[in-house]
Amino acid sequence: MRELKILAVVVAFTLVTYWGVEPFAHSQMHPHVDPADYKFTDVQEDVKDVNALTGDAQNGAALVQANCTACHSIEKEGFPQLMDNASAAAAYGVVPPDLSSAGKIYSADYLAAFIKDPVKASKVAHKFQDGRVHPMPGYGWMQAQEIADMVAYLQSISPKEMTNKEVFVDACQRCHGIKYGDMKGGSMAAKTPDENIKAYMGKLPPDLSQYIRSRGESYLHTFVNDPQKHLEGTAMPRVGLTEEAETQVIKYMQEVGDSKKAEREALGPKFLIYLVIFAIFAWLWKASKWREVH
Amino acid sequence: MAKFEKANSVGEWLDQRLNTTALTKVLMTEYWIPKDINFLWAMGVLLAVTFKILVISGLFLMMYYKPDVALAFDSVNYTIMQEVAYGWLFRHMHGVAASVVFLIIYIHMFTGIYYGSYKQGREMIWISGMLLFMTFSAAGFSGYMLPWGQMSYWAAMVITNLFGGVPVIGDALVVWIRGDFNVADATLTRFFMLHVFLLPIVIMGIIGLHFYTLRIPHVNNQEGADIDYDAEAEKYLAGNKKEAKVIPFWPIFISKDFAILGIFLIFYFYLVFFHYNFAMDPVNFDPADAMVTPAHIYPEWYFLWSYEVLRGFFFDVGPVKAFDIGLMAFGFANVIFLVLPWLDRDPAILPAHKRPGFRVWFWILMVDLIVLTVYGKLPPTGINAWVGFASASVFILLFVALPFITKADAKKRGA
Repeated sequence: MRELKILAVVVAFTLVTYWGVEPFAHSQMHPHVDPADYKFTDVQEDVKDVNALTGDAQNGAALVQANCTACHSIEKEGFPQLMDNASAAAAYGVVPPDLSSAGKIYSADYLAAFIKDPVKASKVAHKFQDGRVHPMPGYGWMQAQEIADMVAYLQSISPKEMTNKEVFVDACQRCHGIKYGDMKGGSMAAKTPDENIKAYMGKLPPDLSQYIRSRGESYLHTFVNDPQKHLEGTAMPRVGLTEEAETQVIKYMQEVGDSKKAEREALGPKFLIYLVIFAIFAWLWKASKWREVH
Repeated sequence: MAKFEKANSVGEWLDQRLNTTALTKVLMTEYWIPKDINFLWAMGVLLAVTFKILVISGLFLMMYYKPDVALAFDSVNYTIMQEVAYGWLFRHMHGVAASVVFLIIYIHMFTGIYYGSYKQGREMIWISGMLLFMTFSAAGFSGYMLPWGQMSYWAAMVITNLFGGVPVIGDALVVWIRGDFNVADATLTRFFMLHVFLLPIVIMGIIGLHFYTLRIPHVNNQEGADIDYDAEAEKYLAGNKKEAKVIPFWPIFISKDFAILGIFLIFYFYLVFFHYNFAMDPVNFDPADAMVTPAHIYPEWYFLWSYEVLRGFFFDVGPVKAFDIGLMAFGFANVIFLVLPWLDRDPAILPAHKRPGFRVWFWILMVDLIVLTVYGKLPPTGINAWVGFASASVFILLFVALPFITKADAKKRGA
C-alpha cells in the first residue's frame, strides 16, 4: 500500500512537470489560430458574380489559350514549357506553374479570385509595393462569364486522380525543395534556381524534408491554408489548395519525412506485448523469491 | 605461483584462476541489502539498464553519424532515420533514453534526499552520485549538439557563451572551448569526441566508484535504521531468512529490481514507439542556421530548472550586471547539491517524514524545482520574468536556510 502511495506521488510530480513543459509551454509559445478556411471566405465577395454563372469549358479553352499560354505551359493539352526553368525564373522571377492540374488542386473560388487579382487572392500585397509588380497581371477587367469559362476549362482538363507526390510537385516544388524525397537522384530540388527564388522571395524558401517533424501536421494545415496566419508578413503566397489537395501535400511530406511510420507502428505493439510477458514473469520470480524472506 | 589442479568444469577452471566464487559472493550473493526498502531503491538498476541502452544504441548510431557540419543533419535525419534498417529505432531509443535517464536520476537523487541517504558515512555515495549527474549533464548537452539542428546550434551558442562570464579569461575561454570564434565545425567535432568517448568513459569510471562507495556504509533503508550487517547476515546465512533484516543482492534484491524494470521498460518502449516526440524538440528538425535566431531558445527539460535560475536575475543591482548575478546563481545551483551532506546539520539519519522542518523544506524544494522547470521554458517576459526571479530566489534561500532548519529539527527531538 505504501509503495503505491509513493508511486502515486512520483507519477503525479512527473505528470505535472510533463504538462508544464509540453502542452502548457506550447500553448503559451504558439498561440491558437483559427482553423483552416477552405472556403476562402475573404474573397467570396469578389467572386460572387463568377459563382452565379455556369462556365463553358469550350469557350474557356479559347480564352486560356489566348491569355495564359504565353507564360504558362499546359503540358497535358500540348502547350509545352517555352523556356527551361532557369530562363523562366530569370524572366518572371519564379517559374510559372503548369496549368494542367490547376483545376484539380486549387479551389474553384480561389482560382477565380486569383485570375481577377493574384496579389489579393494570394495575400502578398505587402511584397508588391513601391513599383514592384506581381509577375502575373490581374484579369479583373474580364467579364465574370469569361472567368467562369476559364475556371471551367481548367477543371475540365485536370486529372481525376493525382498521387500525393504529384500534388506536392505542382503545388510546392516551384519554390520549395524536399531533398529527402529523392536524396540520391536530386529530382526533388526546387524548380526555381536558388538565386532567382532568393531574389523573388527575399530569402531561400526552406527545404521541406523534415517539416512534418519540425512543424507537425496541424500547424502545416493552418499554415499552408493561409501562411499569414502564423507568419505575418511572410513572402509565401496563399496558394489556395483545396482541402483534399492540401491533405495530399501533407501526406507526401509525411511519406518523405517520416517514412518509417508504418514500420514503427507495426513493431511497437509486438515490442510491448513481449515486455508485458517479461514483466509478468519478473513479478512471479520476485514473488517466489521474496516469499522466502517475508 | 599458486597450485593448479586439473579442473572438472569451466567454472572450476575459472575459479582457480580468477577466484570467481569469492567474487560472486562479494558482489552478489553476500552483498547485503536492507530488507526494509521500497521500489525507489530500484532506480539504481534502472539507471544501469538505461545507460546500457544508451551505450549500445549509441554505438549503432555512431556507425552512420558524420561529425561534420555539412553532413551531420542529413546523416541523422536521412541516413539513420530512413536508409539504415531500424536506424529509426536506435535513434528513438537513444533520444528517449537520454531524456528518461534524467527523470530516473532525479527520482534517484530526491529519494536520497528524502531518506537522508547522503548523511554521516554516506557522503561519498552522494558526492560520486552528484559527479555522475554532472557528467551525465555534460554528455546530454554534448549529444544534443550532434544532429546539428537549429536548437542544437543555439543551445551550444548560449551555453558556451556562459563561460565568457568567467573573470579575466572569459573571452579567451569561450574561444578555446569552441575551437573557433563561433560555434562551428571544430565545436561539433570536439563535442562528438566528448559525447562518444571521453564522457562515457568517465561515466563508466564514476559508476564503478559509485558502486564501490556503497560497499562500506551500505545502502540506507526506509526508516534510516542502523543495521548491524554482520549479525544480520549471519542470521540470513544460518537460514533464518525471515528474521534477518538483510537480503542478498542476488537473487532476492535483484528479483524485485527486475520486476520494476519490467514495468519501466513497458513505459520506456511505449515512449519510444508512440511518444518519442516529447524527447525531441521540433525546432531541432530545422537544420542549424547561424543567421536566424529561434523565437525561443531553451534547453532540454532536465536543464530547465538551472537555466531558469540563470535567467531569473534579470536586472542589474548597482554596478553588478544582471548577467553576472545570474551566472553566480547558476554556479550556486550547480554545486550546492554537492555539499548537501554538510548543509544538513541534523546528526540523525531519518526520512523526511520524521523531521518536521526538513519535510516542509523538501516539498517546497520539489514544488520550486517544478516551477523553475516550467518557467524555464516560457519566454522570460512580463509576469514570467518575476515568477522566475521569485522561484530562483526561493531556491537559493532554501539552501541558505537548510542548516538552521535541520539544526532546529534535531534540537526539537532532543538530540
